[in-house]
Amino acid sequence: MSIKRSLLSVPFRFCNMALIFFLLIGINAFAADPEVSDSEEAVKAGESLFNANCKTCHKLDQKFTGPALRGVSDRRDIAWIQAFIKNSQKVIQEGDPVANELFAEFNNTVMPAHPFLSDEDVMNLLSYIEFGGKEEVAAAGAAGEGAQAGAASGGVPSEYLTIILAVLVLVLLLILIVLGLIVSVLSKYLNKQHLDEEDKEFINQKTDFKKVLKSDAFVIIITALVVALVAKTAIDGLFTVGVQQGYAPTQPIAFSHELHAGEKEIECQYCHTGVEIGRSANIPSPNICMNCHMHIQNVGGKEGVSPEIQKIYDAVDNNQPIEWVRVHNLPDLAYFNHSQHVNVGGIECQTCHGPIEEMEVVRQHSALTMGWCIDCHRQTEIKTAGNEYYDKLVQLHSESKDALKVKDIGGLECAKCHY
Amino acid sequence: MKENKKTYWKGLEQLTNDPEFVKNADREFPEYLPISDQEEGGSSRRDFLKLMGFSIAAASLAACEAPVRKAIPYVNKPVDVNPSIPNYYASTFVSGGDYASVVVKTREGRPIKIDGNKLSPITQGGVNAIVEASVLSLYDKERLASPYKNGEKSDWATIDKEVAAKLKAAGNVKIVTNTILSPSTDKAIGALSETIGGAEVVTYDAASTYGITKANETYYGVNALPSYSFDKADVIVSFGADFLGTWISPIEFAKQYSKGRKISKESPNMSRHYQFESNLSLTGANADYRTPIKASQSGLAVLALYNLIAKKAGAATVKGAAVEVAHLSKAANELWANKGKSLVVSGSNDPNVQIVINAINELLGNNNSTIDYSNTASFKKGNDAGMAKFVADLAAGRVDGVLFYNCNPVYDYPQGEELGKAIAKAKVSVSTNATMDETSSMVQYIAPDHHYLESWNDFQPKAGEFSLSQPAISPLFDTRQAQESFLTWAGVTTNYYDFLQENWAAMFAAQGETASFQENWDRALYNGVYSIEVPASEEALVGAGDISAAAAAIGKAYSASNSGVELVVYQKVGIGVGTFANNPWLQEMSDPVTKATWDNYLTVSQKWATEQGLKMFEGATQKAKITVNGKSLIVPVLIQPGQADGTIGLALGYGRTKAGRVANGVGVNAYPLLDNSKGFVNYDITSGVSIELTSDSYKIAQTQTHQTYMDRGNVIQESVLSEYKKDPSAGRVSPEIYKDGEFVKPSKVSLWSGHKYSQHHWGLAIDMNSCIGCGACTVACQVENNVAVVGKQEVLNRREMAWIRIDRYYSSDAEAGDLEGLEKASDNPEVTFQPMMCQHCNNAPCETVCPVAATTHSSEGLNQMTYNRCIGTRYCANNCPYKVRRFNWFKYHDNKDFSQVNVAQNDDLGKMVLNPDVTVRARGVMEKCSLCVQRIQSGKLAAKREKRKIKDGEVTTACAVACPTDALVFGDMNDPNSQVSQMLKIKENTTSAVKEVNEERAYHVLEEINVSPNVWYFTKIRNKDKKEA
Repeated sequence: MSIKRSLLSVPFRFCNMALIFFLLIGINAFAADPEVSDSEEAVKAGESLFNANCKTCHKLDQKFTGPALRGVSDRRDIAWIQAFIKNSQKVIQEGDPVANELFAEFNNTVMPAHPFLSDEDVMNLLSYIEFGGKEEVAAAGAAGEGAQAGAASGGVPSEYLTIILAVLVLVLLLILIVLGLIVSVLSKYLNKQHLDEEDKEFINQKTDFKKVLKSDAFVIIITALVVALVAKTAIDGLFTVGVQQGYAPTQPIAFSHELHAGEKEIECQYCHTGVEIGRSANIPSPNICMNCHMHIQNVGGKEGVSPEIQKIYDAVDNNQPIEWVRVHNLPDLAYFNHSQHVNVGGIECQTCHGPIEEMEVVRQHSALTMGWCIDCHRQTEIKTAGNEYYDKLVQLHSESKDALKVKDIGGLECAKCHY
Repeated sequence: MKENKKTYWKGLEQLTNDPEFVKNADREFPEYLPISDQEEGGSSRRDFLKLMGFSIAAASLAACEAPVRKAIPYVNKPVDVNPSIPNYYASTFVSGGDYASVVVKTREGRPIKIDGNKLSPITQGGVNAIVEASVLSLYDKERLASPYKNGEKSDWATIDKEVAAKLKAAGNVKIVTNTILSPSTDKAIGALSETIGGAEVVTYDAASTYGITKANETYYGVNALPSYSFDKADVIVSFGADFLGTWISPIEFAKQYSKGRKISKESPNMSRHYQFESNLSLTGANADYRTPIKASQSGLAVLALYNLIAKKAGAATVKGAAVEVAHLSKAANELWANKGKSLVVSGSNDPNVQIVINAINELLGNNNSTIDYSNTASFKKGNDAGMAKFVADLAAGRVDGVLFYNCNPVYDYPQGEELGKAIAKAKVSVSTNATMDETSSMVQYIAPDHHYLESWNDFQPKAGEFSLSQPAISPLFDTRQAQESFLTWAGVTTNYYDFLQENWAAMFAAQGETASFQENWDRALYNGVYSIEVPASEEALVGAGDISAAAAAIGKAYSASNSGVELVVYQKVGIGVGTFANNPWLQEMSDPVTKATWDNYLTVSQKWATEQGLKMFEGATQKAKITVNGKSLIVPVLIQPGQADGTIGLALGYGRTKAGRVANGVGVNAYPLLDNSKGFVNYDITSGVSIELTSDSYKIAQTQTHQTYMDRGNVIQESVLSEYKKDPSAGRVSPEIYKDGEFVKPSKVSLWSGHKYSQHHWGLAIDMNSCIGCGACTVACQVENNVAVVGKQEVLNRREMAWIRIDRYYSSDAEAGDLEGLEKASDNPEVTFQPMMCQHCNNAPCETVCPVAATTHSSEGLNQMTYNRCIGTRYCANNCPYKVRRFNWFKYHDNKDFSQVNVAQNDDLGKMVLNPDVTVRARGVMEKCSLCVQRIQSGKLAAKREKRKIKDGEVTTACAVACPTDALVFGDMNDPNSQVSQMLKIKENTTSAVKEVNEERAYHVLEEINVSPNVWYFTKIRNKDKKEA
């Protein structure tokens, strides 16, 4: 499953721990509350609220930083839920036994208050919690199957190609052998005939390889081939100088994107806070790590503190920054701005960084050469919809049949990146 | 169209058609190349092979493994600091009494650029070169990194204990300071003074205006400077006051002055400006009528003006020797005709002269209109008499303790040397100076102050105007704010920040502010400024001074016929009084008038030079020995057109001995020559001066007299106001090209099909009427674009790197062949300033000759320079008709040969000031003005992110922002509502590169070659009467 970008700003994400508490609470099983609507709009509205405020800490059917939420409207009454979402600490301090029990169960993790959510918002949230998220699983499954089917139907699989090639080579060899046999049979037959000397000589002549080797044409052809090969290798070699595609250095902390971005589905922007607003995406400072690792001290349910996570604690305790090794190194002469591409252009992180959510150790996925940049600028259409900045350009371009691409608005000009 | 008959010349060599000059005129780099420079120890073939072998090895080694680069995030990221996103803080630049309200741009917590604060009613968003450059002083590694005791490093605990005890024990303690604008600092010093038993505060200013405050006290009983309003004055008369360059509050005055000089067809009115002075100052260069007068006559000229006005007003005239001063009676007539809308100022420090100036302004009814004595200004509070008494007391051993608060009198006081020797006589001596300068190296204790960008402070530049400064960075060194030190030594336990807030809380309360303190404070801090109501005086002030006594004194001190040489000591726009001399940006900034860098010199008249047989060729000159009352200096001589005959000029601020590696040994120190014998520091020395040319030759590094336009005219187009009123296109030269039997505009003849600019078309409009030539833009450009400083020798080699230069043209009405006429012109020429940078031509000659396409055209009208593509053929520079391309002859960064001058690109601390959005260029590449493409890109991105169009004014260049007179206006010519389109009167909305410009004054430099620049100039209009021909 791919990680979708979200337009949310960081601080809101903190808020989400709160919802966790609901999930757990299932002592009395009431019938589903009649007030929780299963209408599509309510679920949709709830989904966006959930993604904006809750997703960082809560999952619907799984225990996460906070409890799994589905069924909460059965477990608790609506008024309680509303009070708790809006200000969980207040409910806890008022001495509500269930709330306190939950608080203790989740290591006294404080769920931020959400005073900005209206009662209606909470109802929408509950709609999503009860009825949402199910189609996604189904849809994902369906999509997966569809993809496989597509692969099967679309053209000849590559392994067959190899077999066909092998058969072809075999056939050619057989033809060669057969031809050789025919030549030898014919020569034998002709030798037995009475021919004049000239013809005999012709039939019995042997190819003089030495002569061929020494011929000018051969020497020239071979020399040219060698020179061309060497030159090609040298040029190819030079083009790779400074290109670090595949570069995957060992980092001071064995941080796994596979775990965080893949398995836990944490949004990229949660840690890389600059990606929407500035030139640099920002490597998270330990205080961002600590939002979660205040509570999560080990992986895979192991006891104690993981030595890798301990490194974050050490950094914070000693006020010593973590010296990450830069993976993506653009030369100083090239100006690159993340917000232009991610925020304005709507490019997915994976387009350049590859399947980052599958990388245990981050590696440089793309070549990051100028040719690579330019290729993309040639092909990429501009996201002009709803952006007033592009209105005039779109209007001027409307006569053209092709879509408005980056190259059409100066995306190949030097001073777009070099100044 | 009438042809412009004037001849323009950039230097005397060009004017006189010196054969050497002519020979070199058509070469871009007249100097020989340094290749054959190595006679001994040069490189041989073997060296070459060795080097080649090494480089191949090094290159292949380097290629094998890319260096590991680290990415180090904050441990705890501050909420409001985002890497790559600048933050801006309102603050205040103050040095002595020099004031500017500023906005500091910081990146990742480092201040990298200073802009003007538009909210300030005083400086109104203007800055000058010194303010722009001040950010580099923050990263000066020669600032003291800890307190010192007897020349040894010490610690604050020791210093505090000993200084507090010793100051208390000492009987007679003096606190010496320059003007303090800060009320809270005054209070902190008061607290200290009280604790140690009443220390007296001695205030002096290196550039003193004691004469004015003293005159105001005797005449009006107001011991302060008034507020001047040059914008309200229709006639301005200045006697030697360089109010646009250095006098009192030049940024404020330049802003006001420019408002009166902007004209349009709709309101073709401008002020008229008379200047009577000895040296050709920046202000004089902008005057409509300038009369060179000898310093010895200046007092008499003021008296004569008084008598002329008094006659018209029916007031009693006074006795004064008659002097012949051109334009004086004309000035008097016009002043009288514009009563209440005129302004007379004088740069003299003589109280008697200033009394007469006050009397003139009173007769003209200028008080309460162009001069305001209710909202008094505090820019200068120095008391020359008090300082002289202090020096005498110290020398006589009558002072037990002395504390120098951020002042350097050993260097910048006339009796500095005596003072320096006498410091040892005090039992305790303390300084808060931030560097080991001339004064602090002589004291026992140094408690170094923060840089202003590290400090909290408040200022009250005028009675009704306050401003705040706030730290934009944590202290870099183990320094402490001086006020904090004063409070500590006074035994006050509150820190200065709280102390400051207490004072402001009291002020807010007194102002009847209803909001909470925090709200008021936050607002004031955000704005940087805070204004209070000052009741304007109801009636006009009536002078109580005795004019005839002043006149008598003037009669005695000045003479109408002084045959001796006179020395007029002045300040340069870039260096000022020398406080920031250690800043290489200021040293390399070319002086607006002389175009010289890295030096001070004696400016002499052409007549004197001819008499002495001195010829100056492209900076090559001779040294002269100047003796003033027994003190001698050997100084190079510079021939200055417009210098009053019989006078010589010499700039302050040079000859530092302990400023640091940049300034030490540059030029000579003029302070000891000043006359301090009459109870005030006199900058005009009219007696006891002798000058003698020596045989020593010398080279002054000037940035002009070369890079000529090869006699191609149409560069400066100008006219006078009366002509302009008749015909708005007066002075315009419209060249025509003969084509197919008819004459057509050059733009109709083109090889090129023309560009299309579909989204933006960036353009720059430059109003030569507003441009005063101050050079703030040149330093702003240097800061913004990481332009290298190259040092004196390289400037001599014509390799300065400035992307924007200000061409200063002298002019004369005579034909080039008319020698006699030219002689007259060089006595007192008209001056025109023309900022010159890459013109971003639509038909750019540079683009077509680049063999590697390193310079190309953008779809927004920019001429782009791509450094990483450039291979350094320099064809583009050769083909540029404006000579605005600069070549990197050396690697100026990380190069020990340039570490003394190019500090911003060589030491780790200096590099903090570099703009991270602009590449530092390597050796062997060409560079030039990019119209601040990094700002354009960032403005566009902001608009795209917010899904809107770009707002006019949102994107602008560093030069346009810095300009204190708004002479440069940058914007999108495709946007019909932008200011630049309005100025140029572009009506149609087209994507064509060639815009129909309907403004009559707008022209292209060298229009006839039809390179079609995107930079437009506006004709210069002088408010002069039409020449009677």
